Amino acid sequence: MCAMRAPRDDYAPSRIAYRVNRLWLSPIFRITMLWLLPMGVIGGGIGLWASQPGSQELVRSIQVAVMARMRDQPDFQVKQMAVKGASPELTREIRRVLDLQFPMSVLDLDLDEIRVKVSAFDAVAHVDAHVVLGGALMLEITQRKPVVIWRNARGLALLDEEGHRVAVTERRDGAPELPLIAAAGAEDAIPEALAIVAAAEPLKDRLRGLIRQGERRWDVALTGDQVIQLPETGAVAAMERVLAMDEAGDLLGRDIRVIDMRNPDRPTIRLGDEAFAYLKTLRGLEKGMSN
Amino acid sequence: MIDLYETQRAMRQMRKAAMQRGVVAILDLGTAQTTCLILRFDGGHLPGNDGVGPLAGQSRFRVIGAATTRSRGMRFGEIDVMQETERALRTVVQAAQKMAQVRVDHAIACFSGAGPRSYGLAGQIDLAGDSVRESDIAAVLASCEVPDLGPDRTILHAQPVNFALDHRSGLTDPRGQVGNTLAADLHLLSVDAGVVRNLLHCVKRCDLELAGIASSAYASGISALVEDEQSIGAACIDMGGGTTGISIFMRGHMIYADSVRIGGAHVTSDISKGFGISLGLAEKIKCYHGGLVPTGRDDRDMIELTGETGDWEHDRREISRSELIGIMRPRVEETLEAVRERLDAAGFEALPSQKIVLTGGASQVPGLMGLAARMLGHQVRLGRPLRVQGLPQAATGPGFSAAVGLSMFAAHPQDEWWDFEIPAERYPGRSLRRAVKWLKENW
Repeated sequence: MCAMRAPRDDYAPSRIAYRVNRLWLSPIFRITMLWLLPMGVIGGGIGLWASQPGSQELVRSIQVAVMARMRDQPDFQVKQMAVKGASPELTREIRRVLDLQFPMSVLDLDLDEIRVKVSAFDAVAHVDAHVVLGGALMLEITQRKPVVIWRNARGLALLDEEGHRVAVTERRDGAPELPLIAAAGAEDAIPEALAIVAAAEPLKDRLRGLIRQGERRWDVALTGDQVIQLPETGAVAAMERVLAMDEAGDLLGRDIRVIDMRNPDRPTIRLGDEAFAYLKTLRGLEKGMSN
Repeated sequence: MIDLYETQRAMRQMRKAAMQRGVVAILDLGTAQTTCLILRFDGGHLPGNDGVGPLAGQSRFRVIGAATTRSRGMRFGEIDVMQETERALRTVVQAAQKMAQVRVDHAIACFSGAGPRSYGLAGQIDLAGDSVRESDIAAVLASCEVPDLGPDRTILHAQPVNFALDHRSGLTDPRGQVGNTLAADLHLLSVDAGVVRNLLHCVKRCDLELAGIASSAYASGISALVEDEQSIGAACIDMGGGTTGISIFMRGHMIYADSVRIGGAHVTSDISKGFGISLGLAEKIKCYHGGLVPTGRDDRDMIELTGETGDWEHDRREISRSELIGIMRPRVEETLEAVRERLDAAGFEALPSQKIVLTGGASQVPGLMGLAARMLGHQVRLGRPLRVQGLPQAATGPGFSAAVGLSMFAAHPQDEWWDFEIPAERYPGRSLRRAVKWLKENW
């Protein structure tokens, strides 16, 4: 009985207060009132406001203004462009093509587009474009190295080892130290051509060029209209064999038009006109003597 | 009978639903205070390897909300003014819900009044040498002859307390044993039906589903008696505000319950009448200065009485503590005498153990121990409710033993008559079960 303490006023919740209290304690009602309803009201309000055309305009204008201010920040300015690893001609050409007006904001700079544009140059193997600290656009370029000159139907071109065009040239003597290759399909077999040229080092003075035949095998053109026809496979070995024959019997010094090595088991030669006439005379003599 | 079966069975179903929800309210509707405890059941998993046992079944639940308030509209443990009682119930349920932060839909209630009357019933069936099955237990319980309870009475508890198989008595669970005759003793507690109806209505008005009702004397006995006392035999005297409940336990079962319609509120009203003061003040000086055994010092121990009548002489009186004791003691003696009479009528002295445990709010008056020992016998002690998990310190006093006992009753209800299947012969009308049974027997 002592534990009982009569309250000063005889408080008791009314029936409605009691029911509301119990309703508030039920979890579904509580979650609805505390989360779903406020979220619905806020989301609905935002949606209603955003559906007005005027407010969309307002948002867009604010966005534009903010972007403009950001663009004008000195920290975002790019003042110059540096090109590394490219020849002076290529650098000039890149500057001309990109045509960037400095100073400009880094936000307007589309590095991906610059990369695509620079990579489109024949002489560029790889480009690394980035903005360095201090407001400079840096293009680090790896240039292609020409190894051969290719003569085709459209003219002369410099090619790198992968057969990719490095530059178009008009004159053969633009790059006299590079070997000449010709005909369609030659660009696909440049390593082989280079190997053949390397093997033909002793004939360097007489070598005019390599001609791709039927996009499958090489002919070696020498001065004096001499031609060495090489097989599809083992071209380098065949070339070395020709050189060995030349050393043994001065093969190339004779009046021979074509050395046909296409069948490695049976090298064949085609004589020049004079040699053939001499051979005929010789055969006639032999015949007369035998008669 | 069938009517009551249905109500009680419905309550058991409700209790099952409450267990599934895991939250149930315990309502103790007393004359002086109304208590609500909210229990959370954790699915009954026991701690595995830390060496803690089931702790008498209390580890299954936890008190998460507790509130108590002054009762309103209650007299002698019965609802007197329903609107007022409903207000008290709303107050206490809302406060407990606020503490628990959970909404509770099921309630188990206990009350002390309604004139409980105990009956001991006996039933017997022939087993014909078969082993005892669950249906046999139902049959033997059904064979108990129900006495005439009187007009407008209903059954509150009907618990099997003893089973006997042939000549072996004292079986707690005879299932699976073989014998020829199965006999059962049933303790039946009847109360006024109107009081129970009022209680049902009142709880329903508070949007709660009633998942069980119990006598508060029984609930107090569960929590205030320790396990040994329950099994050896003891009486629990729940001294409440308007009634004093008596329950006698033996071998773990309640075998007798009664109530005396005298309580602490009568002591307060005696003081109020004797000194001509308000009930509130009387209650206050009873709590602060009350006692039962006068000493020489009490003559000099003056208590100031205040009042708002406007009469200066009347409002500035002083009484000595011995005068207060002189008013309180006869009423408490009368209560204990009435309890003694009831215990004698129940044949308590024939029991092997004469242990008496005093609990309830009115048992806190100083000197009660000595007085009760003189009037009821020497084996008297003051009992407090068992400590249950999560119970606030403020609710551990003897005034809460009924509420705590009801919590334990909610966790582990005693098997009652209606927990067993009704035997087919007793089932009303043409039931399907009867048809099935006939088919089973004849095919």
